[in-house]
Amino acid sequence: MIKKVVLSFPVDATDRSLTYDLVKIYDIRINILKAEIQAGKSGNLLVELEADEERMQQGIAYLEECGVTVSPVSSKVSYDESLCIDCGNCVSACFSHALTIGEPDWKLHFNPEKCIACKLCLKSCPLKLFRIEFAE
Amino acid sequence: MKTYAEINEKIKKGTAVVLTAEEVSELSKSLTPKEIAQKVDVVTTATFGAMCSSGAFLNFGHATPPIRMEKIELNGVRVSGGLAAVDTYVGATDCDPAVPAYGGAHIIEDLVNGKDVVLEAWGKGTDCYPRKHIKTVINKESINEAILYNPRNCYQNYNVATNTTDQIKYTYMGTLLPKLRNASYSSAGELSPLLNDPECRTIGLGTHIFLCGTDGYVTWNGTQFNTSKPVNDYGIPIGNARTIAVIGDLKQMSSRYLRGAYIEKYGVTMYVGIGIPIPVLDEDLAHRVSIRNEQIETNIVDYGTGGQLLGRTNYAALHSGSIEINGHKVRTAPLSSLARAREIARLLKEWIGKGDFLLTEPVRPMPASASLKSLEELPVSHKF
Repeated sequence: MIKKVVLSFPVDATDRSLTYDLVKIYDIRINILKAEIQAGKSGNLLVELEADEERMQQGIAYLEECGVTVSPVSSKVSYDESLCIDCGNCVSACFSHALTIGEPDWKLHFNPEKCIACKLCLKSCPLKLFRIEFAE
Repeated sequence: MKTYAEINEKIKKGTAVVLTAEEVSELSKSLTPKEIAQKVDVVTTATFGAMCSSGAFLNFGHATPPIRMEKIELNGVRVSGGLAAVDTYVGATDCDPAVPAYGGAHIIEDLVNGKDVVLEAWGKGTDCYPRKHIKTVINKESINEAILYNPRNCYQNYNVATNTTDQIKYTYMGTLLPKLRNASYSSAGELSPLLNDPECRTIGLGTHIFLCGTDGYVTWNGTQFNTSKPVNDYGIPIGNARTIAVIGDLKQMSSRYLRGAYIEKYGVTMYVGIGIPIPVLDEDLAHRVSIRNEQIETNIVDYGTGGQLLGRTNYAALHSGSIEINGHKVRTAPLSSLARAREIARLLKEWIGKGDFLLTEPVRPMPASASLKSLEELPVSHKF
């Protein structure tokens, strides 16, 4: 299984090689999509984790034991649908194809599963309707 | 042949046949222009896109003691102080360079929504206007007039924008990803007003239109009106050709069809909703309104290198989600809202169907021939 999560590191966890442990001990493949982290400070890591379900659970449990908050990325990007005009500016910028528009209704559709939280939609929305909690 | 008067009689009686431009394009697959001319009276067209050349005239009313407003700010944004004592023109793109994401278009939207706006003005003080400064709050109910007047709207066709460079480009055509990763376009295609009457036979000074949720009028040809663009086999100009200037009562408008916007690293603009009814007077117009997306072509332009022409495509291809450029499959996305343009076309159809909206015959046609001049840099020798 593949899981996209934001790992929020507390101050005292950032000097530990947690990602190394995930690979070495739990055999989890890690694809780091975005890192905003400094040793000695709290930080966020947007990652894609790939492993079988059991190892995934063990790995996540290990991270949580170490004080890391593991949150699914899907809940992180959102936009105000009631104010959206379905113009398509964000779709143009969304290279992961999480945002789409087209036949038959030409309304904006958002698939959080595909979102890699690149934040280009925040910039490209002319009405500034997107919000992201990660690294804000 | 039908006349405007005959069509209006039908509208008043509730017997006029009104279709949206998309509906008539579909109908044209099974009916000839002659049959459409007999069957259909009015076709509604619409667009909802970013139109920078927009703005509003406001008259604040006089204070006691009065002031001749020579420098004016609304919500901290400098607006024109060059119109008599208490008038201004809020340009959609007016803004304080220090706060580039908020500007005239947002103030206009605030006024439409009935919100309070801070007015601050300064004058030198004259015998008849002794006051030198005023700071107060206004809204659309407190001021005399609020008139939307847009000098250039509704461009007839527009380029497709893409980017061949290896850097992301933030343009008025949206965020253009590096190396042909996307392409953007900004037209409602077969629903777009000036593509359904490409020579402006029925669109001229005085044409009654839907403007931002209420009714408005075409007042003139829009600025940069251009009839000299090449025309394809279907009579469609390739590229940005004709434009219209429009006017309407801002106080009656709705922010569903008028929105302040900010294009990243470019500036403030305004989304404007326009619907134009085209009377199907004869077979030629029936043929024109039957135009389909695959027949509407436009140029693909590289906005990364400053305007290199990369090819030509059509709106059926653009709507499919990808086009081919230089052998690459490039993802496409719109910048103007087709969903809301459809809503406007349906709404206008409903107004006409109920007899609430009559057509007007232009009192002056658009220019038959016009081309664009460039601004030249000349040596400045005279004193002023």
